[in-house]
Amino acid sequence: MSLVNCPDCQQLFRELDEYIDSVKGNTGVLINVLHKAQEIFGYLSEELQQHVSEKLDIPLSQVYGVVTFYNFFSMKPKGKNQIKVCLGTACYVKGADKILERLQDELSVEMNEPTSDGLFSIHAVRCLGACSMAPVVLVGEDDYFGRVTPDEVSKILGKYRRAD
Amino acid sequence: MPAVENTVLICAGGACISAGEKSVKNVFEETLKKYSLESVVRVVETGCMGACDLGPILVIYPEGVFYQKITAENAARIVEEHILKGRVVEDLLYKGDSGNLTEKPQEELPFFTEQVRIATRNLGVIDPLSIDEYIARDGYFALHKVLFELSREDVVEILKKSELKGRGGAGFPTWMKWDLTKKAEGDTKYVICNADEGDPGAFMDRAVLEGDPHTVVEAMTIAARVVGAQKGFVYVRAEYPLAIERLTHAMAMAREYGFLGENILGTDFSFDLEIRIGAGAFVCGEETALINSIEGKRGIPRVKPPFPAIKGLWEKPTLLNNVETYANIPPIITNGGEWFSQYGVDGSRGTKVFALAGNVKNTGLVEVPMGITLRKLIFDIGGGVPGGKKLKAIQTGGPSGGCIPLELIDTPITYDNMKKLGTIIGSGGMIVMDEDSCMVDVAKYFLEFTVEESCGQCTPCRDGTRRMLEILERITEGEGTTEDLQLLKDLGENIMSTSLCGLGQTAPQPVISTMRYFWDEYEAHVKEGRCPAKKCKSLIQVVIDRDKCVGCTACARVCPVEAISGSVRKPHDIDPEICTRCGSCLAVCRFGAISKVSP
Repeated sequence: MSLVNCPDCQQLFRELDEYIDSVKGNTGVLINVLHKAQEIFGYLSEELQQHVSEKLDIPLSQVYGVVTFYNFFSMKPKGKNQIKVCLGTACYVKGADKILERLQDELSVEMNEPTSDGLFSIHAVRCLGACSMAPVVLVGEDDYFGRVTPDEVSKILGKYRRAD
Repeated sequence: MPAVENTVLICAGGACISAGEKSVKNVFEETLKKYSLESVVRVVETGCMGACDLGPILVIYPEGVFYQKITAENAARIVEEHILKGRVVEDLLYKGDSGNLTEKPQEELPFFTEQVRIATRNLGVIDPLSIDEYIARDGYFALHKVLFELSREDVVEILKKSELKGRGGAGFPTWMKWDLTKKAEGDTKYVICNADEGDPGAFMDRAVLEGDPHTVVEAMTIAARVVGAQKGFVYVRAEYPLAIERLTHAMAMAREYGFLGENILGTDFSFDLEIRIGAGAFVCGEETALINSIEGKRGIPRVKPPFPAIKGLWEKPTLLNNVETYANIPPIITNGGEWFSQYGVDGSRGTKVFALAGNVKNTGLVEVPMGITLRKLIFDIGGGVPGGKKLKAIQTGGPSGGCIPLELIDTPITYDNMKKLGTIIGSGGMIVMDEDSCMVDVAKYFLEFTVEESCGQCTPCRDGTRRMLEILERITEGEGTTEDLQLLKDLGENIMSTSLCGLGQTAPQPVISTMRYFWDEYEAHVKEGRCPAKKCKSLIQVVIDRDKCVGCTACARVCPVEAISGSVRKPHDIDPEICTRCGSCLAVCRFGAISKVSP
């Protein structure tokens, strides 16, 4: 998606600028602004980083430095449903690696890349703090699946395929 | 309005949510409406009750009947039977090992009765969205006391008597940090709460923020008063959106009630809080990296000294404590330092919250007096290892800690003892590992973690941990040599003594510690090409016992790579060239004919 040719983008940029104006006086807000930008646009393209750099009057090199430092920020688009597989210790001990393998098999896709239909992307994440339900898979922001077995993977995917 | 006859507490901790708490709550409330009971039954979503293994949990008062593992399908029955007809729904009660049912496990099971809950006193008890409920449990009394009865020196003295040490990992005496920041010169000072709970397997800070956010607001306001700060920051990791939401709500309520903001409780003391959200960098749990991150920069650690107490956020004196440490402050001030130090043992006073996870029966959060033995924690409280398996090791302290073997399980948990065993209490994560865990593989897991999370600033950590990981990869693939073991040790010691920050200084710990206690296992990998736990894929094969196989074809049907051949009712075979050792066939064989072997 090129931002230049995107009809909705004017509106999205306006939304981001409103946020930037509301926090601009505070010091050290770059990370908050990047969070907001990623929330609005889905990922942080070069063009978007340039925009943030100009609005906040922070060198682009510094913006890029921060974006690439933190795992949470992505410079690539993600799938519509982001499947986050927790790789915390408890989940690992309980076989999270097998869940990850099965997901990659089923979707035939590399980590962090969207599937060809754009419906899914798989991400390995740090401990989600639901260790008692290990292994844990989180789809989007709210749909937790606990004590997942490799065989349940296709069932979980099916749920989102049907919803599409 | 009719009087409330029943109060129903539903646990909305992280684990219960992932077990389907939301749909249980919806069905429960709909059923109440169906029978026009919504005005006499009050439903409250609480913070984590701790017994995560039993989730979703629901407790009905005034009786205190505890229902567990509820599903959306049977939530309606609790309304129809228990609330409407006064009959306990037996099949949803807690069932002990001997099959006996109990209505109130919270009064009987060691998991609950052995606990002393100070930092987690309000979890699962109050509605985290209600400031009134927090106040009803003595909330903001400590702040009142600090503002009107105690001098700033008195507060430091109380903390000194309590012997509280930082609960985030390093275990530095809390009073000393407060005192140093208080005495530091400067008009502008800051207090920070480190809620960047990064150790995999630890989730107590998440539970406190979600279940009792006001305790952090109150404690930070007290801290600000004592050290002389005007502004505070809570640095929460982005993975905890609910914690951020609850804390934001708590801060708004506290401002409304005059506990936060301008002229707190009518005094001339003003202080306010702001939330800063992390962006997924483990190193930001290190205090100076966290400070850089709040400043909007890359989260790389600074050289210490100067310590944050002297030069912290924006070069100003800054007090940093973690969530659990703060959660202990209000009750300590209300009840006195001696009250807190009555718990625990010399050098390790008070209580500590532990997160039990991994291969342990009762997973969840427990708060116990320090000095308790590992055996008591894992077996009496944790219920031991499930599935008839043998305990192999307990991993504590996350990527900065080590593994404690079964032989040392009678050790009391203290800061000193853990250090002697080559690990740390850390933030309190305890991952129990059974005989199926390969300790070389565990060490490799942690090194993968540190390699990815190293900030890249100093060479020993950035390059050294990478070299260690390469060696571990060689070993787990059967390519390791005995020289590799020595090299691994030397590298580890080198990295620990030359890295800039705590991350690098402790990164080799999981390797050093597993080498110390599980040397045989390392040797088996390099000398015999064998993985005793049968975990390392390059060193194992999955085979079918032709005498036991009845030819049911179940295994061939689940094999994702079609490595299994054989005709119906004839013994099957696995082609080791095609087999990926995924273990799917093992899980479906009902005749015990399939097993993993390592030469």
